[in-house]
Amino acid sequence: SLTTAMAASARLLFRGAGLKAYTANVNSGAQSSFGTTLLRLSPNCSSQTKTQIKHASHFTYHPDPVPTMYGPTTKMNLFQSVTSALDNTLASDPTAVIFGEDVAFGGVFRCTVGLRDKYGKDRVFNTPLCEQGIVGFGIGAAAAGATAIAEIQFADYIYPAFDQIVNEAAKYRYRSGNLFDCGNLTIRAPWGCVGHGSLYHSQSPEAFFAHCPGIKIVIPRGPVQCKGLLLSCIEDHNPCIFFEPKILYRAAVEQVPTEAYTIPLSQAEVLQEGSDVTLVAWGTQIHVLREVVSMAQEKLGVSCELIDLQTILPWDTETVCKSVAKTGRLLISHEAPVTGGFAAEISSTVQEECFLNLEAPITRVCGYDTPFPHIFEPFYIPDKWKCFEAVKRLISY
Amino acid sequence: MTQTKPNSHEGCIVLPGALRQQPFDSSEEKPQFPGASAEFIDHLEFIQPNVISGIPVYRVMDRAGQIINPSEDPQLSKETVVNFYQKMTLLNTMDRILYESQRQGRISFYMTNYGEEGTHIGSAAALDSKDLVFGQYREAGVLMYRGFPLDLFMAQCYANADDLGKGRQMPVHYGSKDLNFITISSPLATQIPQAAGAAYAAKRENTNRAVICYFGEGAASEGDAHAGFNFSATLECPLIFFCRNNGYAISTPTNEQYRGDGIAARGPGYGMLSIRVDGNDVFAVYNATKEARRRAVAENQPFLIEAMTYRIGHHSTSDDSSAYRSVDEVNYWDKQDHPISRLRHYMTARSWWSEDNERSWRKQSRKTVMEAFEKAEKRHKPHLDLMFTDVYDEMTPNLIRQRESMWRHIQQYKDHYPLDAYAK
Repeated sequence: SLTTAMAASARLLFRGAGLKAYTANVNSGAQSSFGTTLLRLSPNCSSQTKTQIKHASHFTYHPDPVPTMYGPTTKMNLFQSVTSALDNTLASDPTAVIFGEDVAFGGVFRCTVGLRDKYGKDRVFNTPLCEQGIVGFGIGAAAAGATAIAEIQFADYIYPAFDQIVNEAAKYRYRSGNLFDCGNLTIRAPWGCVGHGSLYHSQSPEAFFAHCPGIKIVIPRGPVQCKGLLLSCIEDHNPCIFFEPKILYRAAVEQVPTEAYTIPLSQAEVLQEGSDVTLVAWGTQIHVLREVVSMAQEKLGVSCELIDLQTILPWDTETVCKSVAKTGRLLISHEAPVTGGFAAEISSTVQEECFLNLEAPITRVCGYDTPFPHIFEPFYIPDKWKCFEAVKRLISY
Repeated sequence: MTQTKPNSHEGCIVLPGALRQQPFDSSEEKPQFPGASAEFIDHLEFIQPNVISGIPVYRVMDRAGQIINPSEDPQLSKETVVNFYQKMTLLNTMDRILYESQRQGRISFYMTNYGEEGTHIGSAAALDSKDLVFGQYREAGVLMYRGFPLDLFMAQCYANADDLGKGRQMPVHYGSKDLNFITISSPLATQIPQAAGAAYAAKRENTNRAVICYFGEGAASEGDAHAGFNFSATLECPLIFFCRNNGYAISTPTNEQYRGDGIAARGPGYGMLSIRVDGNDVFAVYNATKEARRRAVAENQPFLIEAMTYRIGHHSTSDDSSAYRSVDEVNYWDKQDHPISRLRHYMTARSWWSEDNERSWRKQSRKTVMEAFEKAEKRHKPHLDLMFTDVYDEMTPNLIRQRESMWRHIQQYKDHYPLDAYAK
């Protein structure tokens, strides 16, 4: 009826504070100011929610010192350090190709920005949306002699490729008697918590792959390490999985060498020497533990030795055991769930090698045995308070 | 405010200051969707999958080896055709002897190729020797055609010290770098996306190299098959997909494996050129593979060949197929439609192969197979250290420790381990 129509148009006019924008983009909510207007006009919406107010980052990023032995440096964040490594690789290795979902336009985390324009669409290209295909394709390209760099969009989505990684890539050399191998394959994936990632954008799956002889697993703590370790993985003659802490993509900024350089794999790094407790972690968690080292020193007078494992497989047992032989106490921390997490492997090996040196049981501060939750993230993650409390208990055992 | 009805021919809805579509004539419109072109259709109609009259089966010879359409006869030389025949029969002889050797407990496992010899030899002959082969496990004839010696087939099955694979895998998991045959692995269809990647790398190398990827109709159900088909088409790879549709995946017949028109009908869904051939006709297999290879490399696109055949033997030595199919069915294929018999009829019709040739060849091939067999059986197994190498390119400290631990254990308990069988 006419009254209904008039009422409808009246409602339309009422909503029309951003009418021009509304008419142009009636169904494209992302671009419409209609949504903004509605929120502004609503009397019950406060400007900041309770969870937002308390929800700052759970760590402070501690940059590496400026490296001096690799030539000139420039300021880069983590995703830029990845781009730089890939740029160096494509420049020096004509067989190198980069592929995965959305890598052509630069990638959802901007790791491949500019590379397609610079090196060509046959070298930096999108694949269909299929992780088992991405990794399978990468294995074949690597076996045929190309340097294959595969991107999995989130580590949470790597599982369809699990068969190709575990049954094929890892075993290619062994099962063929070294006639064939896919050492030219590197798989990169964003990894770890990001504040709001929930079940499927926050996972740390390294433990699933640690049980697989034949592959290497590497996780950097910042841009300088990232570029050097990624280049080592690409150069390495074994298939490597390189997990990139996504929360650090923008947050981690360092002076990074512009030329290519490598940081050795399977060599853990002692970031800070100490005498009372050994702390072991990798990726983002290193920055959490850095703060715990300061807290332990200030509040407890405890001297901690901090080790960045860097390579999960094959891992540097010697550096960790040497440290625990000295301190007698070990704390291992990771975001991944505690049961069957990689801390369990470290703990088991250390108690075999250092049993008589131990002053206290080995402690693991890890995620709970739940899927990674959304709204509960601040309570789920192994934050500095949980780690600090664990150091206290280790000391007073 | 005026508002005309949405389905008016004018197609224009007018609101104040407002949504204003351009005027259009809906009878002339074409779809603009980025996802697909084609036409609009105004009546509801589901497309019928064409299972009854599906993709036809290309053949050159009939079951008696007679050429049907002379223009399709590849007119290969006598030498070439005799070689085809000898390779197929040598494979058959090797299969019989190795199958029996498993029954006698001499090797742990075996898979025969009975009935599918034509698919192997016809396709292998159509390729360049430098073309890379990804197989599944029932393509030994491809390797044999390329010249893999009997000694090395046997060495792999016996896992002895001559095995190129260093004794690490079950029998029939062959590989040869020299002959461009990627080592077989047990998981099915994993080779399919790998073949796409290898073909892409070959394309970039620009050396006129193709890749062929073999798999069965059962493996074609795996997700990896879908992945490989889609990737090869979108990434424009010079690749031949060769599906051996032999009627069974262990005990599962094709009507429980798929409901569509076999594997060939899937090709067009990926934008891939596809053909179905008579796999028991070595010339049809040859012609199709030859043309597919030529075009795959020239045009950088994948081809799908579905070779219809029949698995005359059991799935493997762990299988007794009388549990799920009749002896009559198997006998039909063995006696009435066999690639070896077909080719023999073709040859005898041209007086290229006599009874005498047959007798002396059978005797000779049996002798060479038995010699290789006896030799392989006597050889030592590989050195125990080889259990620990090639996990990575270099041995890790961890593995060095584990190897030392093993040797210490062996020294202490040596009476309980078959050390004498292994190379010192």
